[in-house]
Amino acid sequence: MKVNGVSHPAPTDPRRLLSDHLRHDLGLTGTHVGCEHGVCGCCTVLLDGAPVRSCLMLAVQAERHEVTTIEGLARDQAPLHPVQQAFHECHGLQCGFCTPGFVMSVVGLLAQHPSPSAQEIEEGIAGNLCRCTGYASIRRSVLRAAALSSPLVGKRRDGAE
Amino acid sequence: MKPPPFEYHAPTSVDETCSLLGSLEEAKVLAGGQSLVPLLNFRLARPAHLIDINRIDGLDRIYERDGGVAVQALARQAAVEDSELIARICPLLKDAMRLVAHRVIRNRGTVCGSLAHADPASELPAILLALGGNVTVVSRRTQRVIAADQLFTGVFETSLAADELLAEAWFPAFSGPSAILEESRRHGDFALAGVVRAGDALALFGVASRPVLADRRDPTHGLQPSGDLEATPDFRMHLVRVLTEKAFAA
Repeated sequence: MKVNGVSHPAPTDPRRLLSDHLRHDLGLTGTHVGCEHGVCGCCTVLLDGAPVRSCLMLAVQAERHEVTTIEGLARDQAPLHPVQQAFHECHGLQCGFCTPGFVMSVVGLLAQHPSPSAQEIEEGIAGNLCRCTGYASIRRSVLRAAALSSPLVGKRRDGAE
Repeated sequence: MKPPPFEYHAPTSVDETCSLLGSLEEAKVLAGGQSLVPLLNFRLARPAHLIDINRIDGLDRIYERDGGVAVQALARQAAVEDSELIARICPLLKDAMRLVAHRVIRNRGTVCGSLAHADPASELPAILLALGGNVTVVSRRTQRVIAADQLFTGVFETSLAADELLAEAWFPAFSGPSAILEESRRHGDFALAGVVRAGDALALFGVASRPVLADRRDPTHGLQPSGDLEATPDFRMHLVRVLTEKAFAA
């Protein structure tokens, strides 16, 4: 399987969950593990570009697929991904435990709805639980992320530079 | 909280899957895994063998057949939600999708998996029942079609035999008045009670051991829903009456 662009062999034990494989075998501890039954959303990663719960997949199932974790969104010295930048600007996190999952879910949400409505945002983040920030600033972060991701950012709408 | 030990099989064809199902004891099919893997993590399910069908190519089609739409075993719920064919000929099925857990779950979960899992609070079995759809199951012995009203037999129980694979679901085209309404504590949670209307047909979910057909004029007739921390039996009966009224008011 490819994780953040790097090929890795699949684990030998089929019981290994993808979430545990990422954290314990590959050392990618940015993917957090909360409930381990698909409710909290903390372990969300991208599988071939679409967000999925890594605690609800066996690692062997990711063979022949591409996995992107929070570490893969912006490498080392690269600028933050627009969704990360938006959460930073709008205080969309406090303790940060749920944040990698929220960010990965929102990447998927904006791929599906580049200019999401209020209802699309609510439904898009309904699968992730946050227990400290509250959802108001996370909603604002999603709107900001949509603006930052728009191809119009940095340009004026009339096309003038 | 990790899955109990099991032997993992990854067949690459339906024939191979049927052979495995026909020869192994206590085997379970793994499709999207969005219900099965939590059960494994909690060790509520302890299958000796897990047959992962995700490596079978060409089993994820959504196509028009016999005046309806067929959804194969590996078609993800998100693909059904986004399907233009389904939006055109069976919009009720599309409407139901946004109530099935969350998009992130639907990216992996399958329609056929939800039907085979037969959770009594699940939306999709009630949709199949209200529309009068069916499923095609295959085994080494035979291939047969099971009508929706013969499929769901109890809590997490269907009329599939242990060696059968639910290969395809079929939903008839329907363009009449339709609605799916449910009440849950949060969006994406399992419904406390839900109703599906397809024309004059009414199916209820979350209020019995399996989805049930009901009469719109007396939707709670004979119903004995269970009570839990989230809703008493009376409250569930109340929800059925209110949701039915709303579904038929539109």
